[in-house]
Amino acid sequence: MTAPVLPQDDLASLEAGLDALETHELARTPRWQRVLSAAWPPAVAVGLLLLVWELVYRAGVKPTYALPSPADVGTVLLDQLRDGSLLEAIGTSVQRGGLGFLIALAIGTPLGLLVGRVRVVRRGIGPILSGLQSLPSVAWVPAAIIFFGLGETAIYAVVLLGAVPSIANGMVSGIDQVPPLFLRVGRVLGARGISSARHVLLPAVLPAYLGGLRQGWAFSWRSLMAAELIVSSPELGLGLGQLLDQGRLLNDMSLVFAGILGILVVGIAVELCLFAPLEKRVLRRRGLLVGK
Amino acid sequence: MTLLDTVSPDLSTVAPAVRLSGVSKRFDDGPTVLDDVSLEVQQGEFVCLLGASGCGKSTLLNLVAGLDAPTTGTVDLPGGRAALMFQESALLPWLTAAQNVELALRLRGIGKKERRARAGELLELVRLRDAGDKRVHELSGGMRQRVAMARALAQETGVLLMDEPFAALDAITRDVLHEELVRLRASQRLTVLFVTHNVREAVRLGDRVVLLSSRPGRVAKEYAVSCPQPRRIESPEVAELAVTITDDLRAEIRRHGGQS
Repeated sequence: MTAPVLPQDDLASLEAGLDALETHELARTPRWQRVLSAAWPPAVAVGLLLLVWELVYRAGVKPTYALPSPADVGTVLLDQLRDGSLLEAIGTSVQRGGLGFLIALAIGTPLGLLVGRVRVVRRGIGPILSGLQSLPSVAWVPAAIIFFGLGETAIYAVVLLGAVPSIANGMVSGIDQVPPLFLRVGRVLGARGISSARHVLLPAVLPAYLGGLRQGWAFSWRSLMAAELIVSSPELGLGLGQLLDQGRLLNDMSLVFAGILGILVVGIAVELCLFAPLEKRVLRRRGLLVGK
Repeated sequence: MTLLDTVSPDLSTVAPAVRLSGVSKRFDDGPTVLDDVSLEVQQGEFVCLLGASGCGKSTLLNLVAGLDAPTTGTVDLPGGRAALMFQESALLPWLTAAQNVELALRLRGIGKKERRARAGELLELVRLRDAGDKRVHELSGGMRQRVAMARALAQETGVLLMDEPFAALDAITRDVLHEELVRLRASQRLTVLFVTHNVREAVRLGDRVVLLSSRPGRVAKEYAVSCPQPRRIESPEVAELAVTITDDLRAEIRRHGGQS
């Protein structure tokens, strides 16, 4: 006896039915709703923080020159914004930070590839690279000043020493995390050498590499502030770090607070406008972002 | 003489699609994984390799796929290359279904326009034309394996190696994919070397089932599956042969339980 067998179009409809049962479209909430639900918790937190600040100020724990009120800082902030000096400082610092980050990117990426793929190189400089990452880059400032003198070069040197290890390490850990199955698939499909790197390795590394970039930017920005605080001379443009230093010299706490806010705002803005959307996009395409 | 020419060629005179002669494999100083395995798969034949853990099934496929070299013996693939499918679909998650198929074509040096058309046809063949723009994570397990099949077909090697490709699927989906594979194999005239530890699956699909012993892997026994395709996994003919093979498989496994 031969068992009955499905005719071909029956198989097709069977498959279509299975496919439909096993996949489901995810409904996405409208954009304004997502923005709103993401925005209110931090807004409330900031509001509470200001409230606590105001209360502490009113309690008179510290003299006004040491702890100005939120309104005082707001006034200084507005003045600085109006005469353009805050924006100029932000502009100078962002330019330095951005350029430093780009140079770090250009150095850190090939360095990471080299360390990740060549065993001898990894044994040689891998530990140094991860060690450097835990070294606060402000430690480099004195050395940079002695070596390069008081100038922009010293600032960039500190930024690079802070950011390059992060970017390179991101690449290395990305390479380590590539599932071996992908590399085997690449080989079975005929990818070798460059084509394997281009079609398999680099795309597989991308999420971890982006994480490295994000951290690299954070390190660039921090290192830059450390460097600007110390490396200041009249010939140098006024960055946010130098603005802070100025506030300290003038004993002007409101100006110091305004500077700190400026640094914070730039950090958050770059994160929110550049890295977060980029990372989200990459992860969503790969189905690694659940429920967001 | 003229009479001989008109006779349809005996299978043994046509070069086999895959030929392993005296293949052994050890990794570094480890134990022998495969020991003196000789196996021929004829053009268009569907051979299932069956065995318990440690029989070196996957190692054997890697050798045929050229991902690894035998310690001794030779692996011949007169067609040159073989496509390999894994237990997980191994689709690249940063590409869409269609782009995964296209990558196989691209790495063979096929131009963009032809690539797109060809990938569409291949997806049509596994009845997933409409899913071409979907990302891997949007596909079900069964759909992923069908895309992986389309990608393997895109390599146009004629020889398809499958390493427990349906083991991770649910029974219903697996049953449907068995049917799909049998259909594709016939329409594309594929030679298939299929590794599994599922006896019924082996009998359901294969023209021939090769039982491997474990540690080291050797060819223990072979069975011709005589009942014609398409068969069903539930049919008594399949069950009957599966019982025989299972008994032999268990005898093989028992040998490892005693003191030795």
